[in-house]
Amino acid sequence: MACPSGDKVGEGFFPYLTASAAALLLLLVAGILLIVFRGAWPALHTFGLAFLFETVWNPVADVYGAAPAILGTIITSLLALALAGPLGVGTAIFLSELAPLWLRKPASFVVELLAAVPSIVYGLWGLFVLAPIMRTVVGAWLEKNLGFLPMFQGPSIGVGVLTASVVLTIVILPTITAISREVMRAVPSELREGMYALGATRWEVISRVVLPNSRTGILGALLLALGRAIGEAMAVTMVIGNANAIPTSFLAPAQTAASQIVNEFPEAFDLHLSSLFLLGLVLLVITLVINASAVWLVYRTNQNAGGALIRHER
Amino acid sequence: MAESVTVENLSFWFGKQQVLKDISLSAQAREVTALIGPSGCGKTTLLRCINRLYRLYSGASITGKITVGTENVLDPRIDQVELRRRVGMIFQKPNPFPHLSIFENVAAGIRLHGLAQGREVAERVESCLKKVALWEEVKDRLDRPGTMLSIGQQQRLCFARTLAVEPRVFLMDEPCASLDPVSTMRIEELIRELHKEYTVIIVTHNMQQAARISQQTAFVLNGEVVEVGRTAEMFVRTRDERTEAYLTGKMG
Ligand SMILES: Nc1ncnc2c1ncn2[C@@H]1O[C@H](COP(=O)(O)OP(=O)(O)OP(=O)(O)O)[C@@H](O)[C@H]1O
Ligand SMILES: [Mg+2]
Repeated sequence: MACPSGDKVGEGFFPYLTASAAALLLLLVAGILLIVFRGAWPALHTFGLAFLFETVWNPVADVYGAAPAILGTIITSLLALALAGPLGVGTAIFLSELAPLWLRKPASFVVELLAAVPSIVYGLWGLFVLAPIMRTVVGAWLEKNLGFLPMFQGPSIGVGVLTASVVLTIVILPTITAISREVMRAVPSELREGMYALGATRWEVISRVVLPNSRTGILGALLLALGRAIGEAMAVTMVIGNANAIPTSFLAPAQTAASQIVNEFPEAFDLHLSSLFLLGLVLLVITLVINASAVWLVYRTNQNAGGALIRHER
Repeated sequence: MAESVTVENLSFWFGKQQVLKDISLSAQAREVTALIGPSGCGKTTLLRCINRLYRLYSGASITGKITVGTENVLDPRIDQVELRRRVGMIFQKPNPFPHLSIFENVAAGIRLHGLAQGREVAERVESCLKKVALWEEVKDRLDRPGTMLSIGQQQRLCFARTLAVEPRVFLMDEPCASLDPVSTMRIEELIRELHKEYTVIIVTHNMQQAARISQQTAFVLNGEVVEVGRTAEMFVRTRDERTEAYLTGKMG
């Protein structure tokens, strides 16, 4: 831990301070894991791995299967990512590369503000503004025109998978946009100029220089957003309809792991409580896996920089 | 197929600040024209007018005429993509694309303009790398990132990348500014080779370099061309006392 420069006091003291902060953080994480695991143990002992696949969640009969909540979580967050990903990256391209200069700063500032809005506000907006529109306009249209497909089957009641996904889209959109814009801005202008000087158009500079040089960061932004969508509790709870059933239609009410915990935690005892802990543990594991794959992917794309990925683009 | 470059009554503004003042200058085909002058006098700006790279700046305005070959490149109807293909540029700081391999860096412009397909791409890349004397050094690691090379090699890679789109004119903005003496010598050798086939306009802060490689020298001061002349004569006997002051180190 020897620093070649710096004063003696800082040298002796600072490494210990940072090391103990890091140790404290690790202890905290371990503690959280321990408590969640201990809470989840009775349910894990009772249901085992079947907990993940059982479709019945019934506190009255005291049987708990997490399949509806897990599926609900996966469907809503993936749908939100599918909607917010292209939109967010597109907006970032506009803000970083295309918008007139006078617009870039203020517009980016607004995006960053949106990222700081507490999600409960989006939840309220979803419940009072979006849900009625979903019921009478979007949902009704889908039901009428695509209702013959099981996944758009009615009735359209305003709250449900699609509404929750749209709210999640709005929750994660600023994150994707802000981070993507940031990493695109970080691409040195000399590289853009180098491509322009070869005779590239604006779009060619974006697709051949800006995007390839920021793809790692964009990927990070998308995974971060996915993690946020999976863990989001309040906003989703307000608009998903809270039904303990496997969602078969985008218009049907459903449940996510986080919304189930929020809804039932205050009144849960014994095995019910333990099952909620187990659900929390599942959530924790899923987010860990996503973050680990994010790190792995970022590592891999770094290794590949300039390699096969770009080779065959034309 | 080199093309001459003629600048007539060129003025340029960043907002209200006039950076170039009624500049007239002619660079002959198959010659090296050196632009010298103190920092901030407008050399880079002048270069960027010629390939219209100034359009990336906000608030720029321009009047006058620049002829490359037979075309006035300031004509708004001109095809900017085609112009930049004909007028290549080398930057002060080597800027190979970090996400591309050595090979793909050179191939970037070829692919951009669809100049070759399949095996032909590799042949062109090889011949460009040979022209800049980089082939022997990199032929075994063409798939490694371009940024892995030394700074001097990176700059030669940028030369190869520009050569690959077959320009007629080379604009060079202090191409040796970030290089060591040996790399500088190699770039100078390269420029001496290139000027047989291309028109070269080079900005340099190094008087000896201007003397070594250029046939014509223009001295720029505060956005004006104070003196233009054959390099051999100018360094022996300047006509303008301001040039004299600069050359003898009393200014800049
Ligand atoms: N993007 C810009 N926006 C506004 N002003 C600029 C911009 N780029 C350059 N300038 C101004 O234009 C003038 C000329 O700059 P230029 O870069 O052409 O000088 P230079 O002769 O190349 O200097 P150096 O030898 O230091 O590279 C300077 O006063 C500079 O401050
Ligand atoms: Mg300059």
